[in-house]
Amino acid sequence: MSFNQENLNYRIKEFPRSLNLLGWGLLALGVLLIVVSFFVDRTRSSFNILVSFMFLMSIGLGSLFLVALEYVAGAVWSTPIRRVSEFFSTILFVIPLLAIPLYFSMHEIFHWSHTEIVRQEPALSSKSPYLNVPFFVIRTLVCFAVWLLFYLLIVRNSEKQDKLKDQALTTRNIRFSAIFMPVFAITITLAAVDWMMSLEPHWFSTIFGVYYFAGTILAALASATIAVVFFIKRGYFTNLREDHLYSLGALLFAFVNFWAYIAFSQYLLIWYANLPEETTWFLLRWQGSWKIVSIALIVIHFVIPYFGLLSQPSKMNPGRLLFMSVWILFAHLFDLYWLIMPTFSRRGVVLGWMEFAFPIAAVGIVIILFTLKAKNTNIVPIGDPKLQRGLDFRL
Amino acid sequence: MDNKLLFAVTALFNSPEEILHAVREVRLAGYTKYDVNTPYPLHGMDGAMKLKPSTLSYVALVLGLTGTFSALFFMWWVSAVNYPLVIGGKPYFSLPAFIPITFEVTVLLASIGTVVAMLFIYFKLPNNSYPLHDTEYMRSVSSDKFGIVILAKDPLFDEDKVVSLFKDLRSGNITSVYYETEEINVRHTVFEPKFLSFMAATFIFTAALTYFSLNYILYWQPFNWMWFQNRVDAQSKSTYFSDGFGMRMPVEGSVARGFIPYPYRGDQASASKYLVNPLVASKEVLIKGQDKFNTFCSPCHGYFGKGDSRLRGQFPAPPSLQSEKVRNYKDGDIYHIITVGQNIMPSYEKQITREERWAIIHYIRALQRSQNAKESDVK
Repeated sequence: MSFNQENLNYRIKEFPRSLNLLGWGLLALGVLLIVVSFFVDRTRSSFNILVSFMFLMSIGLGSLFLVALEYVAGAVWSTPIRRVSEFFSTILFVIPLLAIPLYFSMHEIFHWSHTEIVRQEPALSSKSPYLNVPFFVIRTLVCFAVWLLFYLLIVRNSEKQDKLKDQALTTRNIRFSAIFMPVFAITITLAAVDWMMSLEPHWFSTIFGVYYFAGTILAALASATIAVVFFIKRGYFTNLREDHLYSLGALLFAFVNFWAYIAFSQYLLIWYANLPEETTWFLLRWQGSWKIVSIALIVIHFVIPYFGLLSQPSKMNPGRLLFMSVWILFAHLFDLYWLIMPTFSRRGVVLGWMEFAFPIAAVGIVIILFTLKAKNTNIVPIGDPKLQRGLDFRL
Repeated sequence: MDNKLLFAVTALFNSPEEILHAVREVRLAGYTKYDVNTPYPLHGMDGAMKLKPSTLSYVALVLGLTGTFSALFFMWWVSAVNYPLVIGGKPYFSLPAFIPITFEVTVLLASIGTVVAMLFIYFKLPNNSYPLHDTEYMRSVSSDKFGIVILAKDPLFDEDKVVSLFKDLRSGNITSVYYETEEINVRHTVFEPKFLSFMAATFIFTAALTYFSLNYILYWQPFNWMWFQNRVDAQSKSTYFSDGFGMRMPVEGSVARGFIPYPYRGDQASASKYLVNPLVASKEVLIKGQDKFNTFCSPCHGYFGKGDSRLRGQFPAPPSLQSEKVRNYKDGDIYHIITVGQNIMPSYEKQITREERWAIIHYIRALQRSQNAKESDVK
């Protein structure tokens, strides 16, 4: 348990080449299919870009939030695995690139972007001071800028600490993280409302931002768990034990419940009040084959993870945890599909090769960014004053 | 000292690291009957003591499930079986509305049940004395020291060996704890009269306190719950109006909402002439008419309108509705008689609504036709 000299002389570990190849392969396959899909059905392709865009945003932004949360809460147990979340938050650099095709197909996705239609509808024209293309672009750019700014502030300091071993950097990061918390709350709400809720511009739900946040944290935690289990199996994290895994599993379990709580709160209020302008959103998802997707969402996103992670041993078993993390990541993608695609296809479920092409590319992007980042950076924050306590953490 | 019975040997340490180390050493030395007391929960203690997961979680699981199903069953029984009420146009059994309460009851039962189970099963509640109570050791570990205690009933226990082990671990404070004389061979059970009467007293006290809180204390001034208001109650005096009455008469000529005055009072001929049955003799109307006829008319006129009163002998028998005269009545005639009464028959205006009267008339016509059927009716 004493301070291990090996930790200090930590060397960057080589990742298996196959992982990198897998990432590029997935990306190449995905991009090829995406290009084809763009010529086959441009609208459907755009909606699918939106799903993958939100999915990548979940992982990147959620990971940055987890990093900030560790600093603000003064958490010790997660310090050895903080780098994993830092690597994942590099996705924030790719998200603006993905927003470019979305910008050019705005009119296909967003009903409110047609000014001539908005002018004729009183409900929409009263919302037009907020929902108009210039302000929308400004908001999006501000969100991207703020996220990247905080990424640079927090993650740069964390990496600088590897060399300088300066405790003051931790103090500075705590301050940045504390500022990031409210900024994060506002920007993620804006992102959720702008990119997903405005797909149905007549509909509104005040809890929608929190709903997306719940999924975001799940996606970030699941990605981190996958990477941590992978590292442990590969022998990169020699000092991590089931105590750390248990903490990750417990957080996953907690946020599975949090998601269900928020999703149910949103449903209960709309169901109880039974107001036409609110129920349309759920009615659309309860018609035809979308009903199957809605029921499947409850099972996939809540019931199975709930029972899969309920018992204490299942939160410590790496194999079980890996499976449940992949499952939850898929569940979040499924959730986004359920949120976005009914607007594209009101009559019924659309599910074809196109819906799979985009997540393939997204997973490829995540793997490539992760391996690229991990190549040049220590996967353990060796300069962090909390590291040893984090490694010694026991339940 | 010699005549006292040894309970355990205790040792105090100053830091979490020392106690974790000490626990590991004690376990490796082979002791099994030992316990640790710390001022706050320590990370890593479960692993150091090699504790098995607590069985208390199963108690919580069972009680939680009991809460889930009893809450669901109760709400289903109340709102769908025993007293069905339409609320917000929702089905009687509407699961989304029940989920929050089900959740709350689950959590409530699981948490309260776990605490009670912990008190009785694990702390053996009626036994409230423990040799470690009121010792210097307990006072220390509940403030700033970390203590370990090896019980004398451990098979490997030997006082000198344990003390030397603790000394090797560099404990600053090693003490032996002895049973108090009244603690030796005393075991309290749940069914002791003393304990039962204590529980009963607690129950009565709590119930009484709840009763008085909810029924009396809650209404002490200034919490009068708007009982006393500056308003005029029904049937009370008023100094404001010159006639001294609190209640006022309606303005001349005002008509109650939904009230339509009956214009043919004392004028059956006009009623017969002008009133027409507005209802169509559908199945629903006839069933409604039958229901009301059996309720209000049949006690005197009989189920088939033959005048065979079930009250025969106590009351003058009414005329048959199957007579030539009644069969030739216009609908308006019957309506008039139901509304204002005839001879000894009182007015049924208050009991039977207008629509129900017309439904009854349809039913009377059906009865008349059934008792005087023609050949053509069968076809």
